[in-house]
Amino acid sequence: MRAILKSKATVVAAVMASTTMVAAEDVEVLHWWTSGGEAAALNVLKQDLEGQGIGWTDMPVAGGGGEQAMTVLRARVTGGNAPTAVQGLGFDILDWGNQGSLANLNDVAAKEGWDDVVPDALKAFAKVDGKWVSAPVNVHSTNWVWANKAVLDANGIAVPTTWDEFTAALDTLKSAGVTPIAHGGQAWQDATVFDAVAMSVLGPDGYKAAFIDLDEGTLGSEGMKEAFDRMAVIRANVDDNFSGRDWNLATAMVINGEAGFQMMGDWAKGEFLNADKVPGEDFLCFRFPGTAEQVTFNADQFMMFDQGGAVSAEQAALASAILSPSFQSAFNVVKGSVPARTDVSDADFDDCGKQGMKDLAAAAASGNLFGSMAHGHAAPASVKNAIYDVVTAHFNGEYDSETAVAELVDAVSIAK
Amino acid sequence: MAHTANSDFKTRLQNWIPKLVLSPSVAMMLVFVYGFILFSVYLSFTDSRLLPSYGWVGLENYSKLWRLSHWEISLKNMGIFAALYIAICTSIGLGLAIFLDQKIRGEGLLRPIYLYPMALSFIVTGTAWKWFLDPGIGLENVMHTWGWESFEFRWIKDRNFAIYTVVLAAVWQTSGFVMAMFLAGLRGIDNEILKAAQMDGASNWNLYRRIIIPQLRPAFLSAFVILSHLAIKTFDLVIALTGGGPGRATELPATFMYSYTFTRNQMGIGAASATIMLMTIAAIMIPYLYSELREKR
Amino acid sequence: MSVASQDTAIRTGRITRTLIYVVLILFALFYMLPLYVMVVNSVKPLSEITGGGMMNLPREFTLDPWFKAWSSAQIGVEPTGLAPYFWNSIKMVVPAVAISTVLGALNGYVLTKWRFKYDTILFGLMLFACFIPFQIVLIPMARMLGLMGLAGTTWGLALVHVVYGIGFTTLYFRNYYAVFPTELIRAAQIDGAGFFQIFWRILLPSSGPIAVVSIIWQFTNIWNDFLFGASFAGADSQPMTVALNNLVQASHGVKEYNVHFAGAILAAMPTLLVYIVAGRYFVRGLMAGSVKG
Repeated sequence: MRAILKSKATVVAAVMASTTMVAAEDVEVLHWWTSGGEAAALNVLKQDLEGQGIGWTDMPVAGGGGEQAMTVLRARVTGGNAPTAVQGLGFDILDWGNQGSLANLNDVAAKEGWDDVVPDALKAFAKVDGKWVSAPVNVHSTNWVWANKAVLDANGIAVPTTWDEFTAALDTLKSAGVTPIAHGGQAWQDATVFDAVAMSVLGPDGYKAAFIDLDEGTLGSEGMKEAFDRMAVIRANVDDNFSGRDWNLATAMVINGEAGFQMMGDWAKGEFLNADKVPGEDFLCFRFPGTAEQVTFNADQFMMFDQGGAVSAEQAALASAILSPSFQSAFNVVKGSVPARTDVSDADFDDCGKQGMKDLAAAAASGNLFGSMAHGHAAPASVKNAIYDVVTAHFNGEYDSETAVAELVDAVSIAK
Repeated sequence: MAHTANSDFKTRLQNWIPKLVLSPSVAMMLVFVYGFILFSVYLSFTDSRLLPSYGWVGLENYSKLWRLSHWEISLKNMGIFAALYIAICTSIGLGLAIFLDQKIRGEGLLRPIYLYPMALSFIVTGTAWKWFLDPGIGLENVMHTWGWESFEFRWIKDRNFAIYTVVLAAVWQTSGFVMAMFLAGLRGIDNEILKAAQMDGASNWNLYRRIIIPQLRPAFLSAFVILSHLAIKTFDLVIALTGGGPGRATELPATFMYSYTFTRNQMGIGAASATIMLMTIAAIMIPYLYSELREKR
Repeated sequence: MSVASQDTAIRTGRITRTLIYVVLILFALFYMLPLYVMVVNSVKPLSEITGGGMMNLPREFTLDPWFKAWSSAQIGVEPTGLAPYFWNSIKMVVPAVAISTVLGALNGYVLTKWRFKYDTILFGLMLFACFIPFQIVLIPMARMLGLMGLAGTTWGLALVHVVYGIGFTTLYFRNYYAVFPTELIRAAQIDGAGFFQIFWRILLPSSGPIAVVSIIWQFTNIWNDFLFGASFAGADSQPMTVALNNLVQASHGVKEYNVHFAGAILAAMPTLLVYIVAGRYFVRGLMAGSVKG
């Protein structure tokens, strides 16, 4: 057992022994994109590769936003049977990169000039020790608010731009008998809201200090307490049945006009579009009040696993296909996210998509682009989940704001 | 060694065959169960995070573990869950078995109805339960539309009661199976003894209490082994039904272990929790198995 | 040996009987509830579900979700439905169930009829092995399968299920054979019958009922397993539960609940069938042995 991953030679030998089932020219792709739209978008990639004579062996494992796939990945790597390419998020990529399991894509990257078109904040998750190890597919931004326009109009509410305007709007909706905020009480959803709220209170510097640098002073600050107080306000404006609800059912509440707002990443847009709603006419998308300048993001990428020293021709082809502007556009139009490279034309995107691309470029240029804590792009998985524990316990009334701040400092220190 | 008589050789072979036959199973068990347990215990003293690594950290993982309120919650939930689940399944199982044993018409129809939940995976059944228990769309809503306005059933949304909905769904899944075990036990009881006791004027209640239920002891053993193993492994159910929520109110050691080992990349703490779990199981099961197996000699 | 003749000799009054029937029927309703939710929602168009009224009977009846789940739902990149995964599951379940049952029978035979020193301790160890939480074996198991060259294969997956199923099958057969008259074995031994002859000619012919129990138990557990299937199967051997999970857990996108429920019932069909068809033998099998000491 001691030899696990210590001797590269055995790992390589095992990989070679066990990939016999897959023809030499195939790529095996482990991913969790199994919903209709996502799979259709992946199919574009698949056909592109097949056009080059490279087969695609599909290995889908859905569940928990990729958690299940990451478990499977660990079993595969330990068994010496790593897939060629694996969908990955944030710190997972860095962790695998630091284990030395990923291939070096620098040649492709240099040839195609990735360094010039991918924002720095994103590069931080695609490069390990100056080496490109994965190919970014998209950028989701998570500090969006989605609103039912008809409901807002009926109650005379304009798009709120500050916390006070927002709370006023919530009060108006509440007295009109509409659920002000549609929310699903699952830890990651609570944390998604918390991300935006903390950003609005602490500002970009405070956000970075707290969730990226894990500075104890900021985590235990008065500002953090204020952020928890605001979470309590939000908690007071969700319906009684919020707990455990899937995010898409919360989105449906906004679509049906049962609720006014939902704080959710840009994937929520797909739900509106599927219900034949038009951005700007039926629904609105805007940044969480107080975070108009900032973008918190998470990005899907494909990590390339080392298949015996050098990056294989198939991996290079796959990586280059992923970063081609045509795929970036086609995929992200479907997915609701925006391209990972900033030089892609926005012609095919809808209004929310266009705004998203503009916001991303602006935030990247002004240093306001930050990884989302809730989605594993600010701190490693252990810290992320430790923060989840506190946020969700507070949101469910287990802690008051003061206790929550103390618990937050404690939980992060255990997890670090 | 070549000079042993042929018949002697045969007897000796006959003596060895049973052990040879048993050996593959024993070998697999030693490696894949006890070997892995030792490995896991070893990991609990290391700095393993994403993958096993072998830096010795002593008891650090254990001290971290006991500082986590999350772990305390999951242990407390395990106590509530296991006790209620085993007790309720056993009583419902026994009750239904006794009732079904009374020359019931339609037994052939009822039995598969009681048994089928065991056949379903919780990946989706969890959703059906989740909807049914959800006050907005499930039972509470139905009662309201039927005119019973004051009806309230919102356990799944209440962090003090959510664990009981997990018990409910788990009981639904396995109590029928327990029923089958008791039914089988009841059918195996010699009717002559009962008839004799009836002649003596014993009431039905006393027949069950004094004669029948004591004879079901082996069925209780099987039921206990199967139920406690299911209780400890309860995982899918929680994930599908509550996701561990509201908040962290329905976390169980199995979900804790999984989340620390695999989603939080703190394999050392995950291994420490597994070690404590195994020690607890051993503390309960070994005396029980010892007494049950010894008596049969 | 019909089941009815073994009903209890207890006599009950009329009121008691009515009460018993009421209780039995109430419980039947309780057990049927989730199935009702699943079936009813699997034959509705999606709009009717998302529009509320998840507990109502369908206004518009459709079987489309069933066809979709089986043959055209999105599982991975290709919209294949659950059909291809069904065969993957069969290929893995059949050998795993067969091997673990045979080994369980042999173990049970040895542990009861060829007793030796410490055999009870060995049995205790096997029984305790049933309690190992599967989460902790994942990583070392992956390593072992890799070393054996079985990573990502149907055989590797079958092996895992055999390993963690033996404890139960041994328990069943051991309890069953324990009450089998040992005199018959001794007599056969005196007649010169060997180890396997005795097993084959004397014990096996009467092992039907307990074999049914063991097969049902193993079949259900292995068919419904997700964790091992997801972790140890390769791209071309993923079992049904993994496909069902991919169908149901698709992260971002419209959740087609009607298709999910239809898929869930389809995925459970083999086990449901086993319970309904073999249910009667199941109780008989349990009766014949596993719950006797």
